[in-house]
Amino acid sequence: MAVIVERPKLSILEKFYFPAIMKGLRITLGHAIRILRRKKKVTMQYPEEKWDNNLPEHYRGAPALVTDEHGRERCVSCQLCEFICPPRAITIIPEEIPPEDQWSKVEKRPREFEIDMIRCIYCGMCEEVCPEQAIFLRKDYAISGYTRDEMVHNKKKLYEIGGVREGLVNKWNTLK
Amino acid sequence: MSAASKQTEDLVNVQVDGHWIQVKRGTRMIEACKQASAEVPHYCYHPKLSSPGNCRMCLVEMGMPPRPTPGQEAELDNDGHAKISWMPRPVIACANTVAEGMGIRTQSTLAKECREGVMEFLLINHPLDCPICDQAGECTLQEYSVEHGKGESRFLENKVKKPKNVDIGPRIRLDDERCVLCSRCVRFTQEIVDDDVLGFVDRGSHNVLTIHPDKPLANNYSLNTVDICPVGALTSNDFRFKMRVWFMRETKSICNGCARGCNILISSRENKIYRQTPRENNEVNSSWMCDSGRLNYHLLESDARLTDPMMKKGKSHETVDWPQAIRRTAEGLLKYKGDEVAIIASARMTNEELYLVRVLADTLETKNVDTLKCHGEGDDYLNHKDRRPNTNGAKAILKLRSPGSRVNSIKKGIESGSIKALLVYGENIESKGFDDGVLSKLKFLVSSHILANPTAKLSDIVLPGASYAEKRGSMINATGRLQLLNKAIEPPGNSRDDWEILQDLNCAMDGKDFIYELADLFSEMASVVPVLKGFTLSGIGEKGASVIETGETIPLLEREAQRVNQGLIVG
Ligand code: SF4
Ligand code: SF4
Ligand code: SF4
Ligand code: SF4
Ligand code: FES
Repeated sequence: MAVIVERPKLSILEKFYFPAIMKGLRITLGHAIRILRRKKKVTMQYPEEKWDNNLPEHYRGAPALVTDEHGRERCVSCQLCEFICPPRAITIIPEEIPPEDQWSKVEKRPREFEIDMIRCIYCGMCEEVCPEQAIFLRKDYAISGYTRDEMVHNKKKLYEIGGVREGLVNKWNTLK
Repeated sequence: MSAASKQTEDLVNVQVDGHWIQVKRGTRMIEACKQASAEVPHYCYHPKLSSPGNCRMCLVEMGMPPRPTPGQEAELDNDGHAKISWMPRPVIACANTVAEGMGIRTQSTLAKECREGVMEFLLINHPLDCPICDQAGECTLQEYSVEHGKGESRFLENKVKKPKNVDIGPRIRLDDERCVLCSRCVRFTQEIVDDDVLGFVDRGSHNVLTIHPDKPLANNYSLNTVDICPVGALTSNDFRFKMRVWFMRETKSICNGCARGCNILISSRENKIYRQTPRENNEVNSSWMCDSGRLNYHLLESDARLTDPMMKKGKSHETVDWPQAIRRTAEGLLKYKGDEVAIIASARMTNEELYLVRVLADTLETKNVDTLKCHGEGDDYLNHKDRRPNTNGAKAILKLRSPGSRVNSIKKGIESGSIKALLVYGENIESKGFDDGVLSKLKFLVSSHILANPTAKLSDIVLPGASYAEKRGSMINATGRLQLLNKAIEPPGNSRDDWEILQDLNCAMDGKDFIYELADLFSEMASVVPVLKGFTLSGIGEKGASVIETGETIPLLEREAQRVNQGLIVG
């Protein structure tokens, strides 16, 4: 059903738009003068100055992989993040953990794990879907590179950014 | 009119979730429910295996009309059926058969509570391995726990630990913690492949599936246990951790490993095949296939795949483009006429390709056309001794009475010099008695194959073709069934679909028009090949159609039919 929205009735003064323009100009000029008199700073001198200390807890920066307190890669290469990722930024090649490895009971890990940061839209779906709590959006936001290849974070880089996260899903540490 | 009056000799009236339907007498309750679109969850029941009724997942509420006392009229409901009195305890739907007037409730409180109870017990010791389990995504434990599970565990004790990652055979891995003890795998090995190596040991919650200490699960049908295992307890070493099932696209096709032509699903993602699984066809392979056929696809990933047409230059070959390769082939063949040219085709080719070979032979006016006879050892189940998938197609289309019988005279012709040019399609004849000495007598040798082989090495021109998973077409299997091959992935590099190559060659030689649709080519072929009369490519259907009476029987299917007759299995 169509809803008809009444246009607001404008007063004479409002119909004559000149006062509104003047009002805007006054604000702009006010700021300009205050800056010239160095009373207030409006622009941040990025990248010399950064927001990093003011980022909120829930900030969504670059997604990265984390290890647990025993140095085990938390990711078991279930590929759920690859599936959920809306721009399909994630590519995982799984592999079996060899029997001689300390964590062979986990059986599966990623051989390669790539996130294409040109594609990533920082939505956080990967973090939300991960059943192992292995992938987190960290506070890194300045992701840049000279080539497209450089913009693809491989497994090594992802663990570098990610670091260690303790005490979340720990079933593999107690199993057997 | 009341449905009850329609009861006939072999149909009975059954009420499923309040609706009356008619089903065949002797139908299992679970199948009757299926016919009424009420799927009953189940683990141990499999229509091709006996029904031990051990998982209890299929419990439903059942009722029968009470037997009236003498002289008393049966009480009727509004539909004219005798009123059902419901039993206070549930029954399993998989092993019980229907009876006249029976009522089944699959959605009642009792049935639901039973399912929830069974699910809860199945999950108390479950390791929650889904993130690393290959079955995830096609696991009935996952599916039913979503539908009938609790979502959280009330179990406070420590979980029972069982053996994990156990090697039970060259192609199979067992995880006992995931096993729901349904015994499908045990029954498969006992009943279908007579290789009784699996069994249960220990009791109570320590009950585990185990392998015979001295005999691994190594028979050529072992991977079928992975398919029928409703959970991820049995997984395939070949497919292990390669790809999650939800990424893969499934293509309905047929196996080319032997003349049986088992119906299969080819699962691929981004132009790479990850696995092949059997597709049910009760006229060909039931629900099974052999391991060698299943793992056949690795051949397509061989490093020896030909990716470009090649022409001999001096001692080696150089890559050329298709128009050049086709033109030179046509020129080379046209230099010779009639029986100076021979064609050795292959029963690996589709009917359409064989038909184009026939057209080519007609253009060249040669009678020296044959395919190779490649017999190996078949078995008493599905695997056929004829190692070529389309021998019956080759017989029908190339009008060969007994394929392979002209090969010797072709060889003699080459040796004596009466045959000067040879086109070899889809076979490595070097390994079939045509050694260097014979082949080097030829003035002109063209070969087409998917792999670089010794024949290709001696060829003047090499045409890279497509494998069975990279093309469409039809084939006729050992029992005379016309079946469809479908394209799952693209052929590598510049190699091409064979029907296009052959048509290009034909067009270059007889100047006729290129047929762009495979279906049109099929129709043209069907108008001249008697056994295909009246068929169209799309009319063949997913399960194929019988076109030739070969009189052959399929040992495994014979035995299944027997067990159906004895009422042991549903079939
Ligand atoms: S944050 Fe979103 S877009 Fe980026 S990798 Fe994760 S799921 Fe993909
Ligand atoms: S969802 Fe988590 S465990 Fe699964 S592949 Fe992604 S990061 Fe690894
Ligand atoms: S391994 Fe699979 S098929 Fe065999 S009993 Fe266990 S759950 Fe059933
Ligand atoms: S029996 Fe023959 S057709 Fe069937 S899967 Fe094995 S090789 Fe393929
Ligand atoms: S399916 Fe009926 S008891 Fe298992």
